[in-house]
Amino acid sequence: MVETAAPRRTTNRGPGRLLIAVYILFAIAASSRAGLQIATKFDEAPVAYALSAVAALIYIVAAVGLARAGHAGRRLALACCSIELVGVIAVGALSLADRELFPDETVWSQFGSGYGYVPLVLPLLGLFWLWRTRDTSR
Amino acid sequence: MTGAAAAGSPVDGVLATASIVLSLVLALWSLVAAVRSRPPDRWQLIGLVVLELALLALAVVALVAIGGGERPGEPGAFFGYLVTLVCLPPLAAVLARMEPTRWGSAIVCVVCLVTPVVVVRLQQTWEVLGG
Repeated sequence: MVETAAPRRTTNRGPGRLLIAVYILFAIAASSRAGLQIATKFDEAPVAYALSAVAALIYIVAAVGLARAGHAGRRLALACCSIELVGVIAVGALSLADRELFPDETVWSQFGSGYGYVPLVLPLLGLFWLWRTRDTSR
Repeated sequence: MTGAAAAGSPVDGVLATASIVLSLVLALWSLVAAVRSRPPDRWQLIGLVVLELALLALAVVALVAIGGGERPGEPGAFFGYLVTLVCLPPLAAVLARMEPTRWGSAIVCVVCLVTPVVVVRLQQTWEVLGG
């Protein structure tokens, strides 16, 4: 019996699909929040609202990267998860240190406490998933 | 039909409560399926359809109330949550159909845990005025 090649693990199946679903939910949450904030009251807290928009974009691109899989998709997802992790930690710390800087909530304020700290856990899960599905043949 | 809201909020009634309860039951059911390594079954899809119907009915009640001159406290956020809400069950159904494994059930579970939160946020954005 010929040994079939082990199917190369891809980022968009199984648990990956669940991860993509959560990324989609956060993309929706962050982009509608950002859209609303920027459309109605951008002047009140431009930094926070611009950041909401950046976070939204990163969630969208991360979901696309994971869903596309392949080399480019993985690199895209890796970049997004890394930025996301740095972002949520930096903004979380800054929002605690200097409340003036972020007078209004963003997805990443207080390490994402407004979203059950999922924004803090999500990039870790993303990175873990990319590591689990890495190409071990090289 | 002038049912739900004489004084109160149109999104805070039997329909909203039923949606929340149904969503949580569906989340639990899907969680059990995921733990038992079962793909999304017929009941999960039927549950999502019923949930979607309840949410659409909720949206209609809200729109009728708005048509009748009532206004949400934060209109922008309210409509944002309303649109998101009615998109959630279809999103779960589509992704679950794409993933006929235990992870499909897990997707249904997660979306059904998010739905009640969105219903509650919807209620909060209706009645901000007092705050």
